[in-house]
Amino acid sequence: MDSGIDLQGSFIQALMDLGLPADLAKVIWIPLPMLLIIATATFLALVSTWLERKISAAAQQRVGPEYMGPLGMLVPVADVIKLLIKEDVMPAKTDPWLYTLGPILVFTPVFLSYLIVPFGQHLIITDLGIGIFLWISLSSVVPIGLLMAGYSSNNKYSLLGGLRAAAQSISYEIPLALSVLAIVMMSNSLSTIDIVQQQSGYGILGWNIWRQPVGFVIFWIAALAECERLPFDLPEAEEELVAGYQTEYGAIRFMLFYAGSYVNLILSSLMVAVLYLGGWEFPIPVGVIADWLGISETTPWLQIVTATLGITMTLLKAYFLLFLTILLRWTVPRVRIDQLLDLGWKFLLPVSLVNLLLTAGLKLALPFAFGG
Amino acid sequence: MLNQLAALSLPTRSLAEGVQIVTLVILGLMMLGAALGVVLLPSIVYSAFLLGGVFISIAGLYILLNAGFVAAAQVLIYVGAVTVLILFAIMLVNKQQDFAPVANAWIRKGAAALVCLGLFALLSTMIVATPWSLWTGPIAGDNAIVVIGLHFFSDFLLPFELVSVLLLMALIGAIVLARREFLPEDRLVQQQGDAALTLPERPRETAALTGSTTPRP
Repeated sequence: MDSGIDLQGSFIQALMDLGLPADLAKVIWIPLPMLLIIATATFLALVSTWLERKISAAAQQRVGPEYMGPLGMLVPVADVIKLLIKEDVMPAKTDPWLYTLGPILVFTPVFLSYLIVPFGQHLIITDLGIGIFLWISLSSVVPIGLLMAGYSSNNKYSLLGGLRAAAQSISYEIPLALSVLAIVMMSNSLSTIDIVQQQSGYGILGWNIWRQPVGFVIFWIAALAECERLPFDLPEAEEELVAGYQTEYGAIRFMLFYAGSYVNLILSSLMVAVLYLGGWEFPIPVGVIADWLGISETTPWLQIVTATLGITMTLLKAYFLLFLTILLRWTVPRVRIDQLLDLGWKFLLPVSLVNLLLTAGLKLALPFAFGG
Repeated sequence: MLNQLAALSLPTRSLAEGVQIVTLVILGLMMLGAALGVVLLPSIVYSAFLLGGVFISIAGLYILLNAGFVAAAQVLIYVGAVTVLILFAIMLVNKQQDFAPVANAWIRKGAAALVCLGLFALLSTMIVATPWSLWTGPIAGDNAIVVIGLHFFSDFLLPFELVSVLLLMALIGAIVLARREFLPEDRLVQQQGDAALTLPERPRETAALTGSTTPRP
């Protein structure tokens, strides 16, 4: 199963063939994936803001952005330029250090989590052994940034928003982690690569969503709550809190929050795709198709096609989930804070614990289907 | 493929070691600076945020020691849970209150500094004097989760279970504290005769289990 493209190996080999020492070749390689992933994440987030506008418009029977570029595709670019050249205002009596550090603390962990998102067998920045756990632990840093922003803004709405955001992230992190734990138990590994590998082989029938339907629903709800998407967007509820912890922010610091929230949304969608929808797998296994057509799996062009298909499938699944979140946004009303906490602690937590227990039992009873 | 990797990693060792030393120094400075800030800064909110910085630096040190899982767990529990909890507590009871300057405050500070220095000296001599037995076997690395899990269910079973009992006790204690119903102010006067260490609260309905609840006043 070690087929596919090894970009790192071939890149370093190519540089060494040019006469560079291996040392230098590795150093040149190191920043490339990082830059690539930052650019990709930003681009994906920009695309999702455009989709948000267009799909929202369709849901409300409007046209949406139309004149800026084809189908209004340049709106996100205009957004970024506007936010970049706006004057950077700091309100009176804010805490300048915490006010600046808050958005950065929200933004950085989200981008760091892209380290473990796999787009293919070798198309991943680092195949860490702790894989998915890194994402969970990094996303637990975000509430500190939110509290920091809320506290330093010198605004009651901001403080309330920050406290709500932190309470929400803490309470929904537990069901999220427990449903991930059930998946990890089935694949015997925390590595995202192994989790996708364990779902591969049977096409769409092998995906974890069939074996973990309850876990899928819990994870999806908890991920929505972690991203502060609409049924759970209490921290920035306009009618109550103006814009929550973002109220006093503008220009580039607001852009960090805004980009961070969309990058986080895409990251969560990617994670659902990886954990429950087979990651880069095509609904029909590529190996089977290649067998039908009588092509060897080691053919170079087939490997390129497989890699491209992998990236496309991952993104398609992620954007399908994004589409669902946008539809949800215009379908369901916002919950109250007590309903939110009740749902998290009194419903999702027990259900996810039972799901974990059931998975453990099924793993012992049916080891062939549940990765014993 | 493996041979190639081995050949690649040999000459890079010096580079990797240099990066490790620089990172160690930076992390150590970060940790010491943040820890001093926690103790010395007058603003309690700054102290709490800097405590998060200390925990993150410690997580960085764990990563340097090839203990990725422990580092991630450190971030999850200490930064994501403990620091956030402390911040919550601070922000919910944030009274902007300037403390009146105490006369001869330097005596207290000096005494505290002396005690801390003494503790520091004691711990340093202990660390230097103890013959540490260094682990010479293979480093677990990514396999550490399996090793930790095996330890939890074999030779560290008792501490593991004791910790869970401790957490359960804390959980029940928190619920008991949180479910307390306070009496309104005007009824407080009647209850003055109570013991000094109890907060004024409505008497619990212990009879609820038997089914004969007394009607409330």
